[in-house]
Amino acid sequence: MSQSRPYFPNTTSPLAGLKLPALKNPVVEETASAAPSARPIPDDDKTPIVDTPALVLKTADPGPFKAKIIAFCCNYCAYAAADLAGSRRMQYPAEIRVIHVPCTGKVEPEHILGAFEKGADGVLIAGCLEGGCHFLEGNLRAKKRSNFLKKTLDEIGLQGERLLMVNLSAAMAPTFVQRVNEIVETVHRLGPSPLNKDYPGRAAADPSELLQQKGGTP
Amino acid sequence: MIVATPKTVTELISIIARHQKVLFVGCGTCVTVCLAGGEREVGIAGFAVRMARKLNGQPVEIEQITIERQCENEFIQDLAEAVERNEAVVSFGCGAGVQAIAERFPNKAVYAALDTQFLGILEEQAIWAEKCLGCGKCVLADFGGICPVTRCAKRMLNGPCGGSTAEHCEVDEDRPCVWQLIYTRLKAIGQLDRLEQIYPAKDWSTAWHAGARKIVREEHRV
Repeated sequence: MSQSRPYFPNTTSPLAGLKLPALKNPVVEETASAAPSARPIPDDDKTPIVDTPALVLKTADPGPFKAKIIAFCCNYCAYAAADLAGSRRMQYPAEIRVIHVPCTGKVEPEHILGAFEKGADGVLIAGCLEGGCHFLEGNLRAKKRSNFLKKTLDEIGLQGERLLMVNLSAAMAPTFVQRVNEIVETVHRLGPSPLNKDYPGRAAADPSELLQQKGGTP
Repeated sequence: MIVATPKTVTELISIIARHQKVLFVGCGTCVTVCLAGGEREVGIAGFAVRMARKLNGQPVEIEQITIERQCENEFIQDLAEAVERNEAVVSFGCGAGVQAIAERFPNKAVYAALDTQFLGILEEQAIWAEKCLGCGKCVLADFGGICPVTRCAKRMLNGPCGGSTAEHCEVDEDRPCVWQLIYTRLKAIGQLDRLEQIYPAKDWSTAWHAGARKIVREEHRV
């Protein structure tokens, strides 16, 4: 089972990657089994290559809502579970970007709020089962922090539901997939984050989009 | 140490509603230890306020600095340039820190981000308890190191009131009766005889009641 770091083609920092629209989604190893997010270019496409991508990105229609959800995955459980899900070719939406952390206890409020400020539509914190933390109580601390941050998010007008903390073990790949689907569904129900610059002023997603997302990207 | 608690994000937003460029100043001493106004708390509040203002369509620029101590001019001086750059200052120090900054920069709006509570200690992780009232005339030597002035709701100096139970205070059932604590401690150190003396009425002239106090110690003046 590979424990190597996720590969981000555009940047070394997954949070820094959020500044770019989702044309080239940073695809992590675990989601590689899902269909690639870039649209295929038809053979007869004669569009000239423009070397000012910023201009093109600004004017392009963002298309159907593709959420950016940051998943902080504990090394000892969720990260391995995601790896296992990949090995077993289990399908889940490619809207999750996994960040490998040594323990969910290392995920500070600044990391979570920073993700939201940069436009993340949701944050998933996936830690070990309660009582099963490699560092004894890191996941319990993460739980308290996420409960506190949910209230803060509600207070500032960004729905606290966008933050989800889950507990699982390294062998629970189906649970990982189920939890990922849960947060993706929640985020699609709520629509893009108001701080997500790719979808300015967009309301909650079309229900048909939501159906399309269920069970993985076709 | 001085114990303070953070104001809510909603309160902070309303405090700086009229400004577009604000300096958040943390304090590296007491309020860092009580997890209310240190570098981390300033950072978290910064994220929350920035996001809330952006969501309301009134983005705010927030600069963040944490200095060693806000209650000393020597450290406040380091803020001068940053204060100049910003419209207002939000101090994450205790009440003394906020006022020290306000005195140093008379032409700048300075606001408090914390509710300063009391002089106390950390009992266990994230639980703080008040221990000292700062009455100006310490009586701890006579009561086995436990302060009845601060910790007795009625400030009794000659034994418990009639309402206390064996171990708990009449005013708050979760609070231990300080007179029980004093008795247990004096017994442990073999000084129960101290309780046989009648303690005179406390001289409150040294306390705050006549307004803010000032101390001048000539031997240390330069």
